[in-house]
Amino acid sequence: MSKKVAFLQGNEAAAQGALYAGCNFFAGYPITPSTEVAEVMSIELPKVGGKFIQMEDEIGAYAAVLGAALTGKKALDATSGPGLSLKQELIGYACIAEIPCVLINVMRGGPSTGMPTGPSQSDVMAAKWGTHGDHASITLVPASVQECYDMTVQAFNLAEKFRMPVLVMPDEIIAHMRERIEFREPGEIEIINRTEPTVPPAEYKPYDTRFGDVPPLAAFGSGYKFHVTGLNKMQDGFPTTKAEIVQAEEERQVRKVMDKVDEIVDFEEFKMDDAEICVVAYGSTSRSARYAVNAAREKGIKVGMFRLKTFWPFPDKQIKAIAAKVKGFVVPEMNLGMCSVEVERCNEGKAQILTVNRVDGEPLNPEQILVKIKEVK
Amino acid sequence: MSRYELRFSGAGGQGLITAGIILAEAASIHEGKQAVQSQSYGPEARGGASKSEVIISDAPVDYPKVTACDALLALTQEACDKYTHDLKEGGILLYDSEFVTRLPEGNFKKVGFNIISTAKNEVGREIVANIVALGAMISLTGVISRENGLKAVLSRVPEAFLELNEKAYAAGFDKAAAAAAA
Repeated sequence: MSKKVAFLQGNEAAAQGALYAGCNFFAGYPITPSTEVAEVMSIELPKVGGKFIQMEDEIGAYAAVLGAALTGKKALDATSGPGLSLKQELIGYACIAEIPCVLINVMRGGPSTGMPTGPSQSDVMAAKWGTHGDHASITLVPASVQECYDMTVQAFNLAEKFRMPVLVMPDEIIAHMRERIEFREPGEIEIINRTEPTVPPAEYKPYDTRFGDVPPLAAFGSGYKFHVTGLNKMQDGFPTTKAEIVQAEEERQVRKVMDKVDEIVDFEEFKMDDAEICVVAYGSTSRSARYAVNAAREKGIKVGMFRLKTFWPFPDKQIKAIAAKVKGFVVPEMNLGMCSVEVERCNEGKAQILTVNRVDGEPLNPEQILVKIKEVK
Repeated sequence: MSRYELRFSGAGGQGLITAGIILAEAASIHEGKQAVQSQSYGPEARGGASKSEVIISDAPVDYPKVTACDALLALTQEACDKYTHDLKEGGILLYDSEFVTRLPEGNFKKVGFNIISTAKNEVGREIVANIVALGAMISLTGVISRENGLKAVLSRVPEAFLELNEKAYAAGFDKAAAAAAA
């Protein structure tokens, strides 16, 4: 049987991916360049018995998503930079209260209102460090329309598996461009649902570590009663200031992700086998990089690309291994240097690092990367 | 076919993004090629210079934007001034002969006819000027077949407007061919 294909925009594909993953709740507040996600969800969710709510603002939207997620829904929100800033307090809340949900943040120029219709990659640090306090982040960065679909499915799986908020962050170019995509058949991608409690309601604790680093999460309304707070909490969900409990809980919430980093981190290596230069790229910039790598190879330059599919957790192990082999890195980004800071950290002074940075609302083009590849000594 | 790059430009609201989408969809879904459509536009919903870019290739398309334009449509003088700088030597410039009066210097083929007026006065509705232009671009470039272009147009149009759009597409296709031969 031939697969269902369509010619879709990245945002439309992300919404379709959410539906495939079983998303049944969307709350949002429209903002360019993410609005098409909300548009598709508003049309499609009612058809599958889901709920769509346009909230009064970005904060209310994410709050609604957290509430819905606690009742057992697979909940989605979509926004862009200014909305990401507004949601940061609640992203922290989702981290500490361990609420599984997905946020699609389409990157446009910033800070503040910035350039609503221009592309950018300047939210990748805000994805992890925007909310205060120690916490792990899972942030996926698609580079094609198909990946907008697939990574949104993956984001829901990771959110449910690790019981935490997950971000999908296409840049404006990826979110708005159109390509052919294949809809996944039922069963083609495994769908992960959260672990539900096996104990009766009277014995249930929402952070019961007897069941491992990711404790089962009961759905409100299913007979289980529990307390949810943004304060440091005990296993029963009530606040505590007991030093040893706070220390253990804080460490667990980071460890639950970092212990599984090899399972979570996804990447692509392109022409890296004999590469002496490595371009580290993600999102639409990786498409420019692929063009530049091919052009440089035609001139006999031994260059390859390491493409991040997972921005957080950062692929430390892989970049460290490459740093030991290559003479230089080229890091192109539509920001003034964010991924390059992480590459520097992993590089530990071994290889030369050159950056290509563009923040004028225009796409970072292959020629700019090619020029830098040639500058590596 | 190696990478072929097209740009549809004009004012916001003229349907140029739609024209680009239809061409890319025709290439990708009906013609079996690889295609990517992207766009850039200002914050205004109407007016302002707008462009839609389509890359068509036999191989997967990496960079989704134009690097050196093979064929360009300009419906307004502003778009023509702003977007023709990277038109390739030997490329094609299609323009509305009533609204674009100052043409850029360059060694490329320039083909003009009254695109908007054709839609308004001959086809019957100005709103289908983008489909007239699409027919013309396909006619001039031969980047996909006439039939596949029409299929994509009709698959995107509401039932009540099928005939209008088919007429617009044919008018653009034939007028461009005549203008190019002249």
